[in-house]
Amino acid sequence: MRIATSMEGVHYVLHAPQGDTYADLLFTMIERRDRRPPVTYTTFQARDLGGDTAELVKRSINDAVERFRPEALLVGESCTAELIQDQPGALAGGMDLGGIPVVSLELPAYSKKENWGAAETFYQLVRALLKPQLPPPGAAKPSPARWRQEGRRPRVNLLGPTLLGFRCRDDILEVSRLLGELGIDVTVVAPLGARPADLLRIPSADANVCLYPEVAGPVCNWLERSFGMPVVRSMPIGIGATGDFLREVTNLLEMDSEVIAAATNAEAEQRSRLPWYSRSVDSTYLTGKRVFIFGDATHAIAAARIASRELGFQVVGLGSYSREQARDVRAAAKELDLDALITDDYLVVEKAMAEAAPELVLGTQMERHSAKRLGIPCAVISTPLHVQDVPARTSPQMGWEGANVIFDTWVHPLMMGLEEHLITMFRHDFEFTEGHRSHLGGAPDGAGIEASGTKQPTTGAAASTETTTATAVASAAAGATAAPAAALAENGLHWSPDGEAELAKIPFFVRGKARRNAESFARAQGLHRIDAETLYEAKAHFSR
Amino acid sequence: MGAVAPWAPAVTAGGQESSSHLPPVLRESGQREVFCGLTSIVWLHRRMPDAFFLVVGSRTCAHLVQSAAGVMIFAEPRFGTAILGERDLAGLADANEELDRLVRDLLERRPEIRTLFLVGSCPSEVIKLDLGKAAERLNGQLAGRVRVLNYSGSGIETTFTQGEDQALLAMQPLMPASDEPQLLIVGTLADPVEDRLIDLFGRMGIERVRSLPPRRSTELPPVGRGTKVLLAQPFLSATARALQARGAELIPAPYPFGVEGSRLWMRAAATACGLAPAAIEAVLAPLVERGRRAVAPHREVLAGKRLVLMPDSQLELSLARFLHQECGMELVEVGTPYLDRQLLAEELALLPAGTAITEGQDVERQLERVRAARPDLVVCGLGLANPLEAEGIATKWSIELVFSPIHGCDQAGDLAELFSRPLRRRNLLQFS
Ligand code: SF4
Ligand code: SF4
Repeated sequence: MRIATSMEGVHYVLHAPQGDTYADLLFTMIERRDRRPPVTYTTFQARDLGGDTAELVKRSINDAVERFRPEALLVGESCTAELIQDQPGALAGGMDLGGIPVVSLELPAYSKKENWGAAETFYQLVRALLKPQLPPPGAAKPSPARWRQEGRRPRVNLLGPTLLGFRCRDDILEVSRLLGELGIDVTVVAPLGARPADLLRIPSADANVCLYPEVAGPVCNWLERSFGMPVVRSMPIGIGATGDFLREVTNLLEMDSEVIAAATNAEAEQRSRLPWYSRSVDSTYLTGKRVFIFGDATHAIAAARIASRELGFQVVGLGSYSREQARDVRAAAKELDLDALITDDYLVVEKAMAEAAPELVLGTQMERHSAKRLGIPCAVISTPLHVQDVPARTSPQMGWEGANVIFDTWVHPLMMGLEEHLITMFRHDFEFTEGHRSHLGGAPDGAGIEASGTKQPTTGAAASTETTTATAVASAAAGATAAPAAALAENGLHWSPDGEAELAKIPFFVRGKARRNAESFARAQGLHRIDAETLYEAKAHFSR
Repeated sequence: MGAVAPWAPAVTAGGQESSSHLPPVLRESGQREVFCGLTSIVWLHRRMPDAFFLVVGSRTCAHLVQSAAGVMIFAEPRFGTAILGERDLAGLADANEELDRLVRDLLERRPEIRTLFLVGSCPSEVIKLDLGKAAERLNGQLAGRVRVLNYSGSGIETTFTQGEDQALLAMQPLMPASDEPQLLIVGTLADPVEDRLIDLFGRMGIERVRSLPPRRSTELPPVGRGTKVLLAQPFLSATARALQARGAELIPAPYPFGVEGSRLWMRAAATACGLAPAAIEAVLAPLVERGRRAVAPHREVLAGKRLVLMPDSQLELSLARFLHQECGMELVEVGTPYLDRQLLAEELALLPAGTAITEGQDVERQLERVRAARPDLVVCGLGLANPLEAEGIATKWSIELVFSPIHGCDQAGDLAELFSRPLRRRNLLQFS
């Protein structure tokens, strides 16, 4: 569905019950699309099940073709329809649709995931359309430098961007611009914005850029095997990776040495503000910040490299839901002395996150929710996303500008950290007393501000509410949401009056963290009572 | 703003005789663009915080309830999905075992759960997974610690709000029998709205007012010959019939949307409970007067504007009645996913003669009619809203109407505001 909706001139007939039409709103709401997806659902009902659902499929296909006159038709079935075994693809194959290419999608819904489905759909569509152009087996591979003999600029395809992908629209602009500066043209961008006719021009390029392997991996491999088209596999996300990408493209296309030189790291560094911002004294506080990363493989791997090398963070967790690229994620984790977390269960991720006790989470919308529960700042770096991750302004992740965007979006949630050393300098300033919240009061999402930190701490009742928050964190970490009172009893932790008093002296916006640290320290030490001393012990323990 | 529409007072006494002047209904079948009944979980779990809704379904179902509803809206869902995998499809025995294990894990993690709903979906129905049996089996295993109920929210059997009907129907056998006189409000209301209504009924002199679903899933109201059922929502056909089968009497009334709907609804209930007209009027009159004042400014925006309601929440007829009668809107087309003529008799009688009502949907054709008619406002589902806005047609999300407190005289102004806002906004925006 993502493929059909990303493209123009393609229609998808989906055999599915009525409730499945909710999928439309992912596009019209999350992406604020101004058009309905080009999808016709059969919306069969229970009473159809006794009768002829195959007839319903055929009618839907006919109606859709007549109404939308697509250049290519996709036919598939949802999980439920798969069970009733109408085989809409075969039905469509037997119909006279006036010569429109029909691609029947066999997507075993019960064993495979969405990205796999998108990749498979894209692959099947491209393969069906390019079949007539297939070179005979054993034909010589085209030279990636043939552009020179043909007296034209080298050209590449950008494959993989889709709707609901993470900032794909903006990445295409940025990458096309980068390539253009080096004298490389972009022939086809697909699936996003392409028509079936555009896919037919894919083989006329000199190489394919596998921009999002989650979606374009199988297509690029097939084009390499069948058409001899070389594939660029580095992902230009971050400074180092953008340099790698440019070197890979220019080398592969056998470009002139000056052009290749223009893509060296030294050059590269000049092009983005990230390297300087990262070196500037302001960024000192970023040193060794603990960050937990989870997302699709492409963005998670890129994030790990940027975080660890380009921002000086300490990566304390790295994982992905992309099983197909698990090996790459594991390799990236290994480099950082970590075990990659490969799962699609957000509760498992939440648990790992809580255990890693990071200061920043880079994740998907799911992790954003988990991080919010745990009171940890978070920036979204990957799908699944939310309407707020589709900004109106151009905000690529790739290329030099992408690096700038990344610096801003990752560092911003940590801005509270900057205040952290201001606290030591100005801790008695009235600005930092409660009640006077200055600009912090309305911080979006409460990111960086503890829910507990906003409460008055010292009175008995309020204090127990606060403890509740902290213990709820602990129980959430165990994947549970037990009633707070029970959790409190379980922990058996008590704050002594002098402990409470000392805690109250800590500025409210870091108090939650201090409380959590003290409690986890106390638990680790087997203490039941937290007094001022414990607080200082914990402070010493956690200081770096 | 004195010109309030001169609506005829409700002449309907029994609800049946009005069928003679029922408007003709266009029945459509084709692609339907409606949520499935699973969606009801989103408000039911808020109503009964000690209940848990476990959808037994596919990844689509999980995606629907988790991302479309859960992840995007709530951070701490009280629902989950038992995803049927390939193994489960191969052997039902496996599926049952897996389900039992999942339930045990869940209850361990969530000891506060008192009622567990196993919610059937399309796949579980197509493979004929017997959730009734599963519930029985689990009830046996859990020996009274948690009550396990089941119902279907599948898209092949239920639309959107029908999920609530099925859920309430599932609770019905657990309701104790009692013939004591009581007024039973049926249908999820927002807590403050419910408190307010109970208070108002109390002021009129009705002592025992209970509600279904209750706020605590275990405190089910009794039902019997003394029960007078007052439906707060028009989509509770099956529940209403089941309660009638247990001796309860259904109070025919329009639904409590808008000042007039709420007035007639409360009056019908009070009359059915044997209260004197004077006592009823004493409470209602000031409410009605204030409600009208609250609606008036919105009427100024809405009057004369042309409206289409796409079939979605089953509230369409009631809303159309309110928007026409009290806000002066012109009804171009009123769609409803299905038409329960008995439960909607009072509403149908209040609609202007010749109202174009459609039942079911063929979304493409309906959109063609919308484009041709170019109404000022379309009430529709989330999937259609932005595309219509992009075509220059103002929309109102129908889902907001099931999430917002809109029942009762006191809410009539807010309800009208939900519709006037999109139009006011259009007038506000200016880019040149
Ligand atoms: S329509 Fe059926 S398959 Fe789709 S989400 Fe609803 S219950 Fe699940
Ligand atoms: S597996 Fe996922 S993408 Fe495929 S039909 Fe089921 S829910 Fe939809």
